[in-house]
Amino acid sequence: MPILDKHKVLETNATLLLVASLGVVTVGGIVEIAPLFYIENTIEDVEGMRPYSPLELQGREIYLREGCYVCHSQMIRPMRDEVERYGHYSLAAESQYDHPFQWGSKRTGPDLARVGGRYSDDWHVDHFTDPQSVVPESVMPKYGYLLDNLVSSEHIDDLLSTHRLVGVPYTDEMIENAAADFNVQVDPFGDIDGLLERYPGAQVRNFDSQPGISEMDALIAYMQMLGTLVDFSTFTPDPAR
Amino acid sequence: MSKTPDTEHEVDTTGHVWDGIEEYNNPLPRWWLWTFYATIAWGIIYTIAYPAWPLIERATPGLLGYSTRAEVADEIATVNERNAGLTERLASVELAALGDDPELMNFAVNGGAAIFRANCSQCHGSGAAGVQAAGYPNLLDDDWLWGGTIDEIAYTVTHGIRNEQSPDTHWSEMPAFGEILAEEEIASVVQYVLQLSGQDHDAGLASTGETLYLEQCSACHGDAGMGDTFQGAPNLVDAIWLYGGDPETLTETITYSRFGVMPAWAEEWRPGQGLTEAEINAVAAYVHQLGGGE
Repeated sequence: MPILDKHKVLETNATLLLVASLGVVTVGGIVEIAPLFYIENTIEDVEGMRPYSPLELQGREIYLREGCYVCHSQMIRPMRDEVERYGHYSLAAESQYDHPFQWGSKRTGPDLARVGGRYSDDWHVDHFTDPQSVVPESVMPKYGYLLDNLVSSEHIDDLLSTHRLVGVPYTDEMIENAAADFNVQVDPFGDIDGLLERYPGAQVRNFDSQPGISEMDALIAYMQMLGTLVDFSTFTPDPAR
Repeated sequence: MSKTPDTEHEVDTTGHVWDGIEEYNNPLPRWWLWTFYATIAWGIIYTIAYPAWPLIERATPGLLGYSTRAEVADEIATVNERNAGLTERLASVELAALGDDPELMNFAVNGGAAIFRANCSQCHGSGAAGVQAAGYPNLLDDDWLWGGTIDEIAYTVTHGIRNEQSPDTHWSEMPAFGEILAEEEIASVVQYVLQLSGQDHDAGLASTGETLYLEQCSACHGDAGMGDTFQGAPNLVDAIWLYGGDPETLTETITYSRFGVMPAWAEEWRPGQGLTEAEINAVAAYVHQLGGGE
């Protein structure tokens, strides 16, 4: 075939070969990645999803800092055994405000996508402080020092702004009130109306039962909201997705 | 070792010459080539049969109409259908009479064990022995805060304890007596509780404590300290303690009180991830037969 006889041109011209290789590899990228940005059914709209409240976002930062994702996934796969054990399979929309997402691929510990509300705050404190005291079989390290590290709301608005920069729809109002919302989420007697309006379903209480806002408060606030935002009694899956 | 060039057979060259080196044209083995063509053909057929090519709005759905969501829904439906008879019977059974139906009992206990391991073991322990130091109840003994009949266990699983979602949850609230009694008074009540539970105690303090006990504690824990499962008041005379029966722990319990919580597991309170009625009955049957059931 005449066209196949032309390969000598490519093989003897390094620059052309490089450009042509790039062209071939690009096809794969365009076909597999580009459609995700425009195809409508990549992320389905589900009710209830909202950006993280400032305290939850802080907790998420601690989750990242401590490398929890190394042992815990946050992605319930659509398989019967996983659905039976962890609850409804995860939806893409449930990670839409995660930067970066925490799906993970390694499960030394259980999946945490729907851990919210499963255990009490006290259980979480006991468990983070000494995991083996409640689950003797566990190999999780101890995180008791989170109780002693207090976190301040000083830079929390910057954290929200950063997340807005990468696409989380935090409004100006949310960023202005970030510090107040951060502080009030551990105080059930405070003025929580604004917080609840901006972040519906946010759970307000002193998560670690200790005075002050510790890293433990933030992390448990994050744990307790994981997977709780979507009301699955009103969710009808589109089977074609 | 380099192979000597094949000079017996005529082999064409590709015509490429580089610094006087010629390139032989040895075609790939026939079987290899056909396998290669077959994988290409298989790839094309696969993308027609299964969801693949991205179009404007969505990817091509594929002729087989496959989707992971439909598959998992099918799989769950198949298993549910297979167990439908048993599940229906389990959801509507008179729990107290469950033991009369060995087949259903077997189904409930086995299913309940799996549910227990997935949902309950983190607090109550994989062997259901609880964690006394942290106040997670042992489910193997025959001491029950809210009652140990199979119906009572199912109720507790359904509505939880001090749960904010279910209005019918178990809710008891022992006052923090640190705000009501003086330290010496609490110390004397502790001695009386030690006396009630048959432990070493100071008889003098205990008799002062008895008066205080009858005034402050007996309404819930009973005059004789036998507790009351309708109010979730623990029995104080047995040797079973939720948090511990030594003087230090008792002092702390009385001073600050304790409020253990348990989630309400029914689907109604945990949409999309709760337990169905049959599942609740199953886990109640499992817990009930562990040894402590009443």
